[in-house]
Amino acid sequence: MTGGVPAIEAVGVERTYALDGVDVPALRGVTLTIADGEYVAIVGPSGSGKSTLMHLLGGLDQPTAGTLRIGGRDVSGLDPGEMAHLRNATIGFVFQAFHLLGRTSALDNVALPLVYRGLGARQRRARAAQMLERVGLGHRMLHRPNQMSGGEQQRVAIARALVTEPVVLLADEPTGNLDSATGAAVLELLERLNTDEGVAVVLVTHDREVAARARRQIVMRDGLVLSDSAAPAGEVAP
Amino acid sequence: MRFAEAWRVALDALRANRLRSMLTMLGMVIGVGAVVILVALGTGTRDAVQAQVEGLGSNLLIVVPGQVNFNAAPTVSKLDRTDLDAVVKVVGDRDRVTVSLTSGENVRAGNNAMFTSVLGVLESTPKVFLRDLRTGTYLSRTDVDTGRRVAVLGDKVARQLYGARDPVGQQLSIAGVRFRVIGVFAPLGQSLGVDRDNEVHIPLTTAQRLIGTNRIDAFAVKAPDSDGIDSLGRDIVAELHRRHPDDEFSAVTQGQILGALGEILGVLTAVLAAIAGISLLVGGVGVSNIMLVSVRERTREIGLRKAVGARPRDIGLQFLLEAVLLTSVGGILGIVIGVGVSLAVGALSPVPAVVTWWSAVLAFGVSAGVGIAFGVVPAQRAGKLDPVVALRTD
Ligand SMILES: Nc1ncnc2c1ncn2[C@@H]1O[C@H](COP(=O)(O)OP(=O)(O)OP(=O)(O)O)[C@@H](O)[C@H]1O
Ligand SMILES: [Mg+2]
Repeated sequence: MTGGVPAIEAVGVERTYALDGVDVPALRGVTLTIADGEYVAIVGPSGSGKSTLMHLLGGLDQPTAGTLRIGGRDVSGLDPGEMAHLRNATIGFVFQAFHLLGRTSALDNVALPLVYRGLGARQRRARAAQMLERVGLGHRMLHRPNQMSGGEQQRVAIARALVTEPVVLLADEPTGNLDSATGAAVLELLERLNTDEGVAVVLVTHDREVAARARRQIVMRDGLVLSDSAAPAGEVAP
Repeated sequence: MRFAEAWRVALDALRANRLRSMLTMLGMVIGVGAVVILVALGTGTRDAVQAQVEGLGSNLLIVVPGQVNFNAAPTVSKLDRTDLDAVVKVVGDRDRVTVSLTSGENVRAGNNAMFTSVLGVLESTPKVFLRDLRTGTYLSRTDVDTGRRVAVLGDKVARQLYGARDPVGQQLSIAGVRFRVIGVFAPLGQSLGVDRDNEVHIPLTTAQRLIGTNRIDAFAVKAPDSDGIDSLGRDIVAELHRRHPDDEFSAVTQGQILGALGEILGVLTAVLAAIAGISLLVGGVGVSNIMLVSVRERTREIGLRKAVGARPRDIGLQFLLEAVLLTSVGGILGIVIGVGVSLAVGALSPVPAVVTWWSAVLAFGVSAGVGIAFGVVPAQRAGKLDPVVALRTD
């Protein structure tokens, strides 16, 4: 991304779920900008809307109100196919539950996003292998998820998120299923990728220490941004 | 590339659930197999009937009193030798006309006896019908004109009465009257349900005397060519009707016999194939069902694929291919089994079976079509899944 276009830009974004006919507001007007190369931690109590926000930032979901631009592109009015294309081109996801394909090798798991980019098998494998080397799993290429530790699986997932060279990597509690030592290693990897490769990282965490290490912290509560260490005072909702 | 991935994933899914896939395929295997077998039997039977009818000779015209009806008993004939002369006049050539007077009689030679059908005929019979002799000679004009007691035997009759001995020149009694065997037919087999090797031919005049009648049951005419056959038939019927104004006559050609039989066989084959088709339908419903299960089981995978960039149609294609693969692999197995069974039946039993390439192609097309028809709903459902909801499913 070059020029003044931020990687992700949300203006007054709302997301309301309809639950048994009752409207449940999960986000009630969130305005924030993720710039290229940022390292952002989102914290907040359970149910404050962190995951909902991440889904929106990653183009997995669409806001019920407000404006959301991903890679400079307004997502309102995009059909599911166009959203998929947008995700593939700009976003990398890391999930708490890893979400690796069970009967598939680490290499092919990492190569999966490139399938939907239309790359040939040879190229996919070459880039996936490169990515696995970069996350320190060059020796685990042909292992299946059930033949790897949790930390290794999450590193495979990170390699998968990065293989498309996304602008932003979104990680929703990536260490939630890992013990603290393994979790620390995963976070270190994310930090290193951020500094070395310049990929923007947005991280949801419950760990204050982890959040403190990020250059920018966003605190959420009740579907609103309570504080944003990077934002000018006016941008944060009251 | 996306197509290749969808294909690979679909194959992988089938392999991952081998037993389930096989059980799901079973419906298709049975349905397609049944269609192939039934079509093979139908075609084989039709071909056999056709060969039998055509084996009688070409350009044949059968003239009988009353209506030609495969279900009803034949009308008792009022035709006699004067009608024969009239028909010969219409045809213009005595060698192209023969008659039959059929009667079931006891025949005996020495200690061997059997009940068989005895036909009073003219010497022109082998010229009208295709009929080869194994040994001896056929009836002559003199035999017919003078009412000689000579007989030509069908192959089975000859073997039953004389065993390995040459029957020519031997004595034979028909209904207690003595005859001399002058010839034996070469084996011919069945035609239209009548065992042609169980016949005894004697001169018409002799037969009429034996039974005590002047009647003739039917005429058979060999038309000079296939073009004039219908008008010749009409002329003969008109002449007979002129001579017997109160009676009806009909002339049938081989084409008409084949048409009527073909229609009956066609309806029969269609009914059986429709029953087999129901099994395909049931198989299709099973595929639909199992695909819905497959979509549900793999909801998280669908969510993940969507998160990394799979479009709804990529996911839909993947599941549609899985369904088509299920049904078409089942279809191929069904074809293989159907062809195998048909060939075995054709080879090991008297039931004729002819495997046609088009029935296999059709069966394959139908099974792939069933996969598409019954896979579309589950595939669409998978394609439309909301990625956030799908990822959250456990
Ligand atoms: N599909 C849904 N239908 C209805 N309500 C939902 C749905 N998803 C989330 N919510 C509601 O939206 C609110 C925000 O949920 P969200 O998952 O974003 O919280 P969170 O901050 O990620 O919490 P946690 O830290 O526990 O993961 C919650 O009140 C939740 O009940
Ligand atoms: Mg959450």
